[in-house]
Amino acid sequence: MFEGYSSSDLIAIFAMQGFAGLILFSVLVLMALGLAIIFGQMGVINMAHGEFMILGAYVTYLCSHFFANHIPALFSIYFFVAMILAFIAAGALGMMVEWLLIRHLYRRPLDTLLATWGLSLILQQTYRSVFGAREVGVTIPDWMMGSLPLTDLIEVPINGLFVMVLTFAIAVAVAILLMKSQWGKKVRAVTFNRPMAGAVGINTERVDRMTFGIGCGIAGVAGAAFTMIGSTGPSSGQLYIVDTFLVVVFGGAASLAGTIASAFSISQAQSLMEFFISGSMAKVLTLLTVVGILMLRPQGLFTLKIRN
Amino acid sequence: MSDNDKTRGIFPPLSRRGMLLGSAALSASLFMPKGLRAQDYPTAQVNTSGLAVTDDTVTVGILHSVTGTMAISETGSVQAEKLAIDQINAQGGVLGRKIQFIQEDGASDWPTFAEKARKLLVNDKVASVMGCWTSASRKAVLPVFEQYNGMLYYPTFYEGLEQSPNVIYTGQEATQQIIAGIDWVTNEKGAKTFYLLGSDYIWPRTSNKIARKHIEDKLGLKVVGEEYYPLGHTQFNSVINKIRLRKPDVIYAIVVGGSNVAFYKQLKAAGIDMTEEKPVLLTISVTEDEIRGIGGENIEGAYACMKYFQSLQNENNDTFVAAFKDMWGSDMVIGDVTQAAYLGPWLWKLAVEKAGSFDVDKVREASPDIEFPQAPEGYVRIHENHHLWSRTRVGRAKADGQYEVVFETEDLVEPDPFPEGYQ
Repeated sequence: MFEGYSSSDLIAIFAMQGFAGLILFSVLVLMALGLAIIFGQMGVINMAHGEFMILGAYVTYLCSHFFANHIPALFSIYFFVAMILAFIAAGALGMMVEWLLIRHLYRRPLDTLLATWGLSLILQQTYRSVFGAREVGVTIPDWMMGSLPLTDLIEVPINGLFVMVLTFAIAVAVAILLMKSQWGKKVRAVTFNRPMAGAVGINTERVDRMTFGIGCGIAGVAGAAFTMIGSTGPSSGQLYIVDTFLVVVFGGAASLAGTIASAFSISQAQSLMEFFISGSMAKVLTLLTVVGILMLRPQGLFTLKIRN
Repeated sequence: MSDNDKTRGIFPPLSRRGMLLGSAALSASLFMPKGLRAQDYPTAQVNTSGLAVTDDTVTVGILHSVTGTMAISETGSVQAEKLAIDQINAQGGVLGRKIQFIQEDGASDWPTFAEKARKLLVNDKVASVMGCWTSASRKAVLPVFEQYNGMLYYPTFYEGLEQSPNVIYTGQEATQQIIAGIDWVTNEKGAKTFYLLGSDYIWPRTSNKIARKHIEDKLGLKVVGEEYYPLGHTQFNSVINKIRLRKPDVIYAIVVGGSNVAFYKQLKAAGIDMTEEKPVLLTISVTEDEIRGIGGENIEGAYACMKYFQSLQNENNDTFVAAFKDMWGSDMVIGDVTQAAYLGPWLWKLAVEKAGSFDVDKVREASPDIEFPQAPEGYVRIHENHHLWSRTRVGRAKADGQYEVVFETEDLVEPDPFPEGYQ
């Protein structure tokens, strides 16, 4: 497996794959963060998470067209506007869905799975009718193309770095929001003990709606970021959903730290294996390892200590 | 694009298209050979096996996915087949009979394809079927076509290793695409080492097997890596690192569908600039359709080996592209398979007229050596093995999403679905 590489090659390989793994890690965290918040707090399994991401991607697509056609001078910064709009659009849709659909199903977690799965099909068909069945391309601003050469062998793609920075910013923002803000305290109170939180005067319904909206909004931002590296089509969201659930379940569903730890271990393991064995096998081995660990530790890597 | 579809439904663009068709019909009726009028071919004689043929009409089937994941690709095929049928009707139809079609949706689901094929052949008694895209859907309908003796016109380039009396393959089989492309890149670009890369299913794996045999056994060159990723994979950073480390002369990529978008965007972002040709990128799976999703600026400079590009410069193609855009909207792009789908109805019409009958057995007997000089790709002829003689071309991707043709084989390439020494 290591034959044919000199030791300096091997150092470079580990460094390069480490970076590739970090990019994958950022992608996984971006995908899983929204899902983890919603599942952790509300126990809702949101099968339409991928479609909320794609909504963000389509918003970015529209935004890139609008800037290219109407204000080309500002094209290089359209992406930041697109991200904010993606957050608002996906978040607003999320709150609407919560109000129309999810809140009626809170005591029946399995039904939320079916309902959101149906929602994902409806959204896919809507995208197909509005944007067409073919994939659409989003133009990347010039500054995001190319890479930073670190050594002869190691180059870091700028769009990958951008996703990393974005992930870091969002993760920190969510952590601060959860740990320091009024809303965060309420969310944690509701998570630990819903009836008691209600009894001390927290409006649990409003907390739920906000949480669902923010979770979906983060999915929208993730979708906007993915237009820089991946494809945008009506059913692209389905590509991400399995990996997203994998990260959330492996991490321990209710925990932010768990989500991050699980994304990190999965991405680094996969990235290193991809180099030394084939791409398809790396995925199979990653899945097998995760299943194996979950058999020993069904609650995932991290758990919240909640009194039942 | 969808806007176009919608407005077309409500306000059919009668004006220009109607006039074009009308004038075509007029000139056709003036010049139509006497022998092709319906009354000269009594239904009882030209249709002895109970197909859906009347004194004025003949019914064919169109069987593609217009929903599900394959809808992205197969939409173009359906559009091309409808265009061909329209044009044939404008010229007076087949043996004096207008073509009607029944369209069924395979829904990207192979059992559904088989079920719909049975419906078309058994219930609707269609005289022929234009359809399928993936090899999986073709394999699913094949037993149905053989059992009920139907005729399928299959438009996609594919892995070969198949030949059925009930199928005419209007796309290229593996050797027509792969071998000519690899020969070109070795001769023109002096390539010595190759990195093979593909999506993980039958077509890329079989194609790469043929490519590897040709590179190693026939040309004596080297394959320095071969790798497959699951369908829909979106993270190619690892393989790009490997490519950078092994420094191949050629990246030979057979990634399909949405993965292409991720692959080319990441390749470009990783600083591998295809316009510099270090390494050269050669693909057989990216048509103009896929470039719409990838973005021309991300794939500029890559080479594709196909038999057809929208930018082909010849009279047939000019007419075809104009007619296609007239019917389906000016922002349409036309890829290799779309053109191959367009050939289906025409080749069937020519075979029927040569046989003087709609009966499947007679059409099959008449099919070998049918030529279609008006093909947009230039000229094609049906081989005895039911594949087409056609030219192989190499195109270079431009930033505007079109290919510039940089090479074409001098002669038509003989189809060889069971290449000796490559299996």
